[in-house]
Amino acid sequence: MSVGFVMLAHTALDRASAVARHWATQDCPVVIHVDRRVSRIDYRSFVEGLSDLHNIRFCRRHRCDWGTWSITQATISGVEVALAEFPELRHVYLASGTCLPLRPIEEMRHYLNARPRTDFIESVTTDDVPWTIGGLDEERFTLRFPFSWKKHRRLFDRYVRLQRRIGFKRRIPPGVEPHLGSQWWCLTRKTLTAILTDPDRALYERYFRRVWIPDESYFQTLARKHSSHIESRSLTLSKFDFQGKPHIFYDDHLQLLRRSDCFVARKIWPQADRLYDAFLAPDAGQANRAEPNPSKIDRLFAKAVERRTRGRSGLYMQSRFPNEGWENGKTCTRYSVFEGFSELFENFETWLGKSVGARVHGHLFHPDRAEFAGREGIYNGGLSDSATLRDYDPRAFLTNLIWNTRGERQCLQFGPGDRQDISWFIASDPNAQISVITGAWALPLFHSRQSFIDLRKRAAQLQRIEARHLDILRQPQTRARVRIWTMADFVQNPMEPLQIIIDEIAPRAQRRLTEAPQMVCLDGFGQFLQNLKNEGMMPYLMGDFPVGEDPHHTPAQPHKPYLVN
Amino acid sequence: MGFVSSYRLRLQRKRWRLRALRKRRELRRVAVRTRQIGRDDVLVFATLRNERLRLPYFLSYYRDLGIGHFLMVDNGSDDGSREYLEAQPDVSLWRTDKSYKRARFGADWLNWLQRRHGHGHWCLTVDVDEFFIYPFCDTRPITALTDWLDASSIKSFGAMLVDMYPKGPIDAVPYREAQDPFEIASWFDSGNYTIRKNRRYGNLWIQGGPRARTFFADRPDRAPALNKVPLVKWHRSYAYVSSTHMLLPRGLNLVYDEWGGEKASGALLHAKFLHTFVEKSAEELTRRQHYANSHEYRAYNTVLRENPDLWCKWSEKYINWRQLEILGLMSKGNWA
Repeated sequence: MSVGFVMLAHTALDRASAVARHWATQDCPVVIHVDRRVSRIDYRSFVEGLSDLHNIRFCRRHRCDWGTWSITQATISGVEVALAEFPELRHVYLASGTCLPLRPIEEMRHYLNARPRTDFIESVTTDDVPWTIGGLDEERFTLRFPFSWKKHRRLFDRYVRLQRRIGFKRRIPPGVEPHLGSQWWCLTRKTLTAILTDPDRALYERYFRRVWIPDESYFQTLARKHSSHIESRSLTLSKFDFQGKPHIFYDDHLQLLRRSDCFVARKIWPQADRLYDAFLAPDAGQANRAEPNPSKIDRLFAKAVERRTRGRSGLYMQSRFPNEGWENGKTCTRYSVFEGFSELFENFETWLGKSVGARVHGHLFHPDRAEFAGREGIYNGGLSDSATLRDYDPRAFLTNLIWNTRGERQCLQFGPGDRQDISWFIASDPNAQISVITGAWALPLFHSRQSFIDLRKRAAQLQRIEARHLDILRQPQTRARVRIWTMADFVQNPMEPLQIIIDEIAPRAQRRLTEAPQMVCLDGFGQFLQNLKNEGMMPYLMGDFPVGEDPHHTPAQPHKPYLVN
Repeated sequence: MGFVSSYRLRLQRKRWRLRALRKRRELRRVAVRTRQIGRDDVLVFATLRNERLRLPYFLSYYRDLGIGHFLMVDNGSDDGSREYLEAQPDVSLWRTDKSYKRARFGADWLNWLQRRHGHGHWCLTVDVDEFFIYPFCDTRPITALTDWLDASSIKSFGAMLVDMYPKGPIDAVPYREAQDPFEIASWFDSGNYTIRKNRRYGNLWIQGGPRARTFFADRPDRAPALNKVPLVKWHRSYAYVSSTHMLLPRGLNLVYDEWGGEKASGALLHAKFLHTFVEKSAEELTRRQHYANSHEYRAYNTVLRENPDLWCKWSEKYINWRQLEILGLMSKGNWA
């Protein structure tokens, strides 16, 4: 009692021949189906190459088209020959010409002998399969598919649509519960005999001839009817990508395949010499009774599919350039935008850097240059501080910066004196944390020694710009985490909002803020605002600053930071 | 895309193909060994002028990748390039002394050769200073890539140009024949590229890198394009439009994903900044055979007089393709 193979070969016949020889010389009969498309010369030399082996047979050849009955027909022919010619067989293993045995045949024999009545065939009802491609799962069994999917895709699709529209449905034969699963199985003689000698076989065949991809459903369905013990999994390691085509194994997968402990893998790149040499070598066996464990390989390929379908968030590159709304994250990680803070506090950037341990930039969108942390001329990734280069594509500038500094929180200053093109982008980015002290732009003006006429003009301009910016931040489309204080509110109690912001940036830094940043001198600011009003301008964004009464929080000793708590 | 504009592109493609047909008369056969080309060979197409120094490494690099045959056009070399190539067993060589510029920077000549010899093959179109890398290129030959592309029904493969530069002045270390140029020019910029979509041809327009930040800081719009589609399963009806930046039909330019995923892509390491660059750019200035009145070379010359160092402390030193994929310059896509 032993196991034999039915092999479906259509390309890379030299490899198929080597694998067949490997099995046959170790006392496993092999029946080979060679696609009718293979030229007669190639076929003949293939047969002759294996003629020295007494336990290899060739079955009737069919012309195989993917997704059609012909592949199942080929399988049935092979199985019939195997059952008839090798009466000692207990299990028949269906393999392809690009399969490669990963473990010594002795181990497989041992494994199957321990499970003499088990049929290994992945077989799942149509309700439960997540992996069918193109939305055809149950409809595989109820529609007609006269057109080739590979060659006449358009006709195929149209005909499917037409049938859906007119509500056409084929009748599924009684006693058949459609199941799907991997094409590669290992069934017992008993089950195969029952399938092939079923009195209704002709009926089933007539039905499955018109089913879409019957090689993934014919045996899977009928085994359910006849088998007494099904293990619903395939012994062949075979992975499919998101388009439903099999992943291919190469030389560099050698260690991965070794560790998988699977018996057979498909599909192998025909030129993968190292794999063939390693696994077909006569002494490839190491004592190993482990259960097949393809989880490592699963993870590798799941990651590949994920990369292809979702990609890396926040990355814009030559082969990933998502349409608006499809980015899965406009930027790759969180960052903070501070507006008005560096105007209100002295050395705010230094203080912030110390408090949260992040990279704190100046005004990155300053009209003269991008003020990188430390005022570097070129920053991470080769970003230049040139305003022209930055303004050529401000979005790319920001997304590049965030991408290049992955793993380190970025903080930047922003204000109405900066280039505003990036406003919308930041506001709509859920990764942005935006904190605004409105009206703080007036402080540098207040401290400057410019003529009042110029100041007034500039103040009006900055106020207009900031008002527009605030409008954007208050739009319903805004996805950023936005906090806005008027300057008057903020100076009343600066520590609480600062603590909130900093907790959000560095939640694990348990320490409460002890050192407060030092506020700039506000003496006479109320009067300054009043002067602006007297000149006919209406400064409203900073909130209510009464004339003559300076905020009581202005430190008495301006050079010593105070402590809270 | 409406019917009219798509028809216009079709006409344009026909025009480039006709032009290639006409320009074929400029080519003289030197050593044509195209009968050696096997059915599954991957072919390299290149034009060159006075690149004798670079050729040995170029050929050996691509032979190691598994290239089957080289089809090259020599545009009036006088440094022995022609004699050298003529003697190579796997090179088919044509020569011409006609204008490079009027052959649309060599595209017409290559379009013709591709049409004649490339049909049904994977064709890699590169310059002699461009070195193609792709996912797993250290463990899998290029035929593994093309087989996978075939199996995935992908017809074109994008590879962005990555400018490589040395640390220190460009001409400090002379390049020796047959040497790996990236022993000298081993640095690159990892994250300062800008991307725009070209609605007309459907390709991405990528700019940036060291050339943008050093030579074009005041005119970023004129910085050279870095997007390329060098590897194509050629059909005789295809045509490159402008260098290998884009081609027609436009579907071939869609080497990027628009729905958030990543397609597989490679890179062309650009060994332009070797010591030869300084004299070459002076020469190109007088020959005026390059794109847009050679404004690129004019920009180089202005800056080169100050002998700049392209290197900065954020430059990345090239290790392998995995590094580029982690940095996000290329991607494995769903190839694993």
